[in-house]
Amino acid sequence: MNLTIEVNNNILTANQGDTILDALNQNGLSVPTLCHMKGLLPTGACRMCVVEVEGRKNLVTACSEPVLDGMKIKTHSGRVIESRKTIVELLLSNHPDDCLYCERNGSCELQDLAEDLHIRERRISGQKNKYKLDVSSASIVRDPAKCILCGRCVRVCEEIEGVSAIDFVGRGSKTFIDTFFNHGLNLSTCVNCGQCIMVCPTGALKEKDHICEIKDMLSDPEKTVVVQYAPSISVSLAEEFGLASGKNMVGVLNAALRRMGFNFVFDTSFSADLTIMEEASELVHRVTTGGTLPMITSCCPGWVKYAEEFQHDMIDNLSTCKSPQQMMGAIIKSYFAETESISPENIYSVSVMPCTAKKFEQQREEMSHNGISDVDAVLTTRELARMIRLYGIDIAKLEPELADSPLGTRSSAGKIFGTSGGVMEAAIRSAHYFITGKEMVKFQVKGVRGLEGRKEAKIKIGDLDVGVAVVSGLKNAEILMEEIRNGRKDIHFIEVMACPGGCINGGGQLIGTDDEAVKARMLSLYDIDEKDAIKVSHKNPYIVELYDKFLGKPLGHKSHHLLHTHYQKRFVN
Amino acid sequence: MKTTVQEILDQYQDSGRDSLIPILQNVQEKLGFLSEESVIEVSKFLKMPASKIFGVATFYNQFRFNQPGKYHVQVCRGTACHVLGSATVLEEVEKHLKVKAGQTTKDKLFSLEVVACIGACGLAPVISINGEFHAKVSTDTIKGIFDDYKNREE
Repeated sequence: MNLTIEVNNNILTANQGDTILDALNQNGLSVPTLCHMKGLLPTGACRMCVVEVEGRKNLVTACSEPVLDGMKIKTHSGRVIESRKTIVELLLSNHPDDCLYCERNGSCELQDLAEDLHIRERRISGQKNKYKLDVSSASIVRDPAKCILCGRCVRVCEEIEGVSAIDFVGRGSKTFIDTFFNHGLNLSTCVNCGQCIMVCPTGALKEKDHICEIKDMLSDPEKTVVVQYAPSISVSLAEEFGLASGKNMVGVLNAALRRMGFNFVFDTSFSADLTIMEEASELVHRVTTGGTLPMITSCCPGWVKYAEEFQHDMIDNLSTCKSPQQMMGAIIKSYFAETESISPENIYSVSVMPCTAKKFEQQREEMSHNGISDVDAVLTTRELARMIRLYGIDIAKLEPELADSPLGTRSSAGKIFGTSGGVMEAAIRSAHYFITGKEMVKFQVKGVRGLEGRKEAKIKIGDLDVGVAVVSGLKNAEILMEEIRNGRKDIHFIEVMACPGGCINGGGQLIGTDDEAVKARMLSLYDIDEKDAIKVSHKNPYIVELYDKFLGKPLGHKSHHLLHTHYQKRFVN
Repeated sequence: MKTTVQEILDQYQDSGRDSLIPILQNVQEKLGFLSEESVIEVSKFLKMPASKIFGVATFYNQFRFNQPGKYHVQVCRGTACHVLGSATVLEEVEKHLKVKAGQTTKDKLFSLEVVACIGACGLAPVISINGEFHAKVSTDTIKGIFDDYKNREE
């Protein structure tokens, strides 16, 4: 605090080197922003954040202007408000104006700004945008007509994910966001992570809807409709129902899913335990037999597609394990179908994921047996919340229930999959047991916890020194892969998640998910781990039973057939 | 055998992203347009996402993304031509050729481009086909002009 500034006639302090926006925020003041993205360099493109600075002829953008000692700033003068209002009016002038029919009705930043700035008449009417919907992707639908060209999707795709599937195309009033040679997202480098949806202020980006089909299946008496939910779902729903971020709602979630008509409710954390059994065994196998190292996790479908596109020389490093969603899918349509005597064709298998890439993963050719998909439909957290409302379920009045046995019982190792570092920690716990025959003295692996984009640790397992790295955000993965390619040998096992912080910040999560919410969800997962009795996947009694009765042993013949997969080099631009 | 694009890129061995525009200009000069394959080659060479290069290239009017036809049609949309109805002329040409500006007809005979001013304001509205100027074009004369070129092919 070494600068003194005057804001709206109040004397405040600010840090040298900060922007005006930082300084205002630190002092508890705010100005509206649209193109601004925390942690990334400012572009000053939308001009929503303009303020008046004494001695300056023009209004300045608070997000990109460094704060100076003695600056006299007006954040809400008549001129400033009028200017912001005009910007929003201009944005609305060519907007489709179909709020009532829009996915983002109620969670739209443009709508909020129009409301906050009290826009009550159509002062400027321009030619409406006309663009084709891009429905080519299995995961994401783009509607350029609703786009206000803030550029947040372009930046998150390039700077956080290192994918650059989309960019500004054309010039002036004809500018829009599109893919390489207008081919559509399915032919682009898009990895379906959905981070673009999370940063989009309007309804220009949304997930591909699976609710309609699921609704039909729920009312089809021929079908047994089963649902699984990812580890992060139960801690990511609270905000939707006005509760504190991170609150674990697993009990009411089970109850709500049953009220909607799902016949069986399973927990993907169970198959996360199964993933660990296979993956930790694979790691042990690779380490002890001189297999390809470092081994890299393959639970994240965004990362898997990214690797197939950009890091295909590392494909052999990827674990051959399917993701927990797909393992559960395969087990439901084999083991579960067998024990319940239901034909796999009559099982409709739904998963609830914090993720849009899971919709793509579910449709991959390798993820089916004899022409029957292992998973039939994927709901994002947002879609689940929408369905809960659609079915008129009052969360507050529900009594907690347990998930169905046996695929609904988990260890806490499977649960922490939801946060960056969780897969790693769970795998280490089991690998330790597999190698040494003994449990770890302390299960916590502190070095891999936290929301940083990159974490590294050295772990002693018996006589082995195992180097591990955890990255989230694919840009961080790219940097690490480059280091490996350039000869780094001290890392043996890597966890990669496409979304910064892992699934708790996934592209399918509730709109408005911020740093605090992500942190609360992470702490909630670790709190569950702390309190749970069974902290390792290999001690989950139902996992033990599944191997005894059905699978045989990890990496065995049946496992290989049902739980493992392969990858392919992809040529896209 | 090196591709045309590789030969061009050879001249830019030590260059970075700042050479993007000159490279694209060279490629267009040699190929007549920017093909998908050529942009991908440039993208690999400069280690720049292909979508980004496409974005940059579409910003500039000078870059084309379709193979030019045997006859390259330029419709002038400069001020004088505009005043004398070039918007209608363009519309009619698009209708007649069944392509939009920037595209090439299926038979690869005609490609259509909109230009700002070709400096023949006295002849407005004017179109140029492979450098041959056609003066005072109207919706009535367009069919005849193109039929003339089609007849040359038979």
